[in-house]
Amino acid sequence: MATIDTEILAVTGNEAAAEAMGQIDPDVVCAYPITPQTEVVQLYAQMVADGKVSSEFVTVESEHSAMSAVIGSAAGGARTMTATSSQGYALMWEVLYVAASYRLPIVMTTVNRALSGPINIHCDHSDTMGGRDAGWIQLYGENHQEAYDNCIQAVRIGEHVDVRLPVTHMYDGYVISGAIGPLQMLTKEQVQAFIGPYHATNPMLDTKHPVTVGPFDGLHGWYFEHKVSQNRAMDRALTVIQDVADEYAEISGRHYGLLDPYRLDDAEIAIVVVGSTAGTTRMAVDKLRAQGVKAGMVRVRVFRPFPHEAYAKALEHIKVVGVMDRADSFGAQGGPVFLEVRAALYDSEPRPQILPFIYGLGGRDIFPDNIEQAFAVLQKAAQSKKRTSTERRYLNLRAD
Amino acid sequence: MTVEKKAGARKPAPLRKPRAAKVAAPKKPTWDISDIDTWGPDRHELGATIIEAGNSVYNETGGWRSEVPEIDREKCDGCMLCYFYCPDASIIIEDGKAVGIDLEHCKGCGICAKECPTDAIVMKNDEKE
Repeated sequence: MATIDTEILAVTGNEAAAEAMGQIDPDVVCAYPITPQTEVVQLYAQMVADGKVSSEFVTVESEHSAMSAVIGSAAGGARTMTATSSQGYALMWEVLYVAASYRLPIVMTTVNRALSGPINIHCDHSDTMGGRDAGWIQLYGENHQEAYDNCIQAVRIGEHVDVRLPVTHMYDGYVISGAIGPLQMLTKEQVQAFIGPYHATNPMLDTKHPVTVGPFDGLHGWYFEHKVSQNRAMDRALTVIQDVADEYAEISGRHYGLLDPYRLDDAEIAIVVVGSTAGTTRMAVDKLRAQGVKAGMVRVRVFRPFPHEAYAKALEHIKVVGVMDRADSFGAQGGPVFLEVRAALYDSEPRPQILPFIYGLGGRDIFPDNIEQAFAVLQKAAQSKKRTSTERRYLNLRAD
Repeated sequence: MTVEKKAGARKPAPLRKPRAAKVAAPKKPTWDISDIDTWGPDRHELGATIIEAGNSVYNETGGWRSEVPEIDREKCDGCMLCYFYCPDASIIIEDGKAVGIDLEHCKGCGICAKECPTDAIVMKNDEKE
């Protein structure tokens, strides 16, 4: 496998995503600006204005319109992209389901930000976690490089004939979107060769073969069968995501899996975490390892489809797993990632203990100390003969 | 701009009579969906797209009907308003005149009877066995 030496650029996460979009050069981009995604749309609009890309850029009056417009464009047969955050993602909500059920391989950059209220513009994952059942493939990036790499891979994943589903790739608002970090880029020619041309299925603009998109399913219709078809495509996407990642590694030298384990092989306790906090968690793992604690970590990369078998395999030897959620599922047993991981390990023998942690809501800082506190809970649980309570534990919550 | 005077014109003037128009029932499409009721999740078109025009002829809406139009062929002057207004393309025209109703698709809405300027169409109870 070739390792590719390219110049390392210093960019914001949004610049990384916009550069990826520019190299993909989709036929159509319809987008509406929202903090902290604005920079992506602004930079892309500049590329269009400067003639650096050939995309049709459609400005719209809301995110509901943005998603509706990309659906129209994708149904027409165009390779289509958009970007959003937070309330914008929420405003797209009903149309997100339509995009997925029409099997349109739209690619969307979502910069994770908290949902109101109280009004909050900072990072957490409540926006996209709320849309986890909309039928979109969800790739969570950790850093600037993944904001770029996932965006390019998303095109291939969604457009694969076994999949044909919309894909959103995400990275943390501000922590990644606005902060400067390192990025190694491919050339536009490499990206174009990697993604290849897009051949739409039954496009509306193929006027020689007129089609109806989005018809009423009838009074005794096939809605049920179509939903099952969607889920089968999700199942197949797991293989496709890995294949695309392997192929991407050949041109980039960067390897991605369905999940990202760290020092897990001989670990007794481990934390599962999404997004930029993985970097801080690796530091905590290294510190504990230096003290002789067998700590490990898994970073979530693919959340929809959820690779439950891969999680069971990766974590079944762990005594206690802590799952750190940057979004809560109110009234549920824990956050969304906790629920998935716990379900994935139900059939493991012996069954590890899985404990829920909530952190970082509304951009609350997460320090190495906080993660060490979480590991301390896991350590104590591992030494205890009794099973530990699965009540939520909050990291860096203010308390008087 | 001139405005055409329509004073006193209660009934629209008969349209130019078509030249022996023959409007047969629409052709069945070649996309065979005759056994669609048995189709499993993998057999449908992606995203529920309908890939061939005109297949709504398969959707037989005649069973919704409680009243049925009856045509008096003597009164029909061939204006074809019934044909243009019918939402289900159910008026059968032969030699420029309404001669029958496609009962597989006529929902009995009565628009043809309402629009007919010569009262050649009246709605009757659709008595079914």
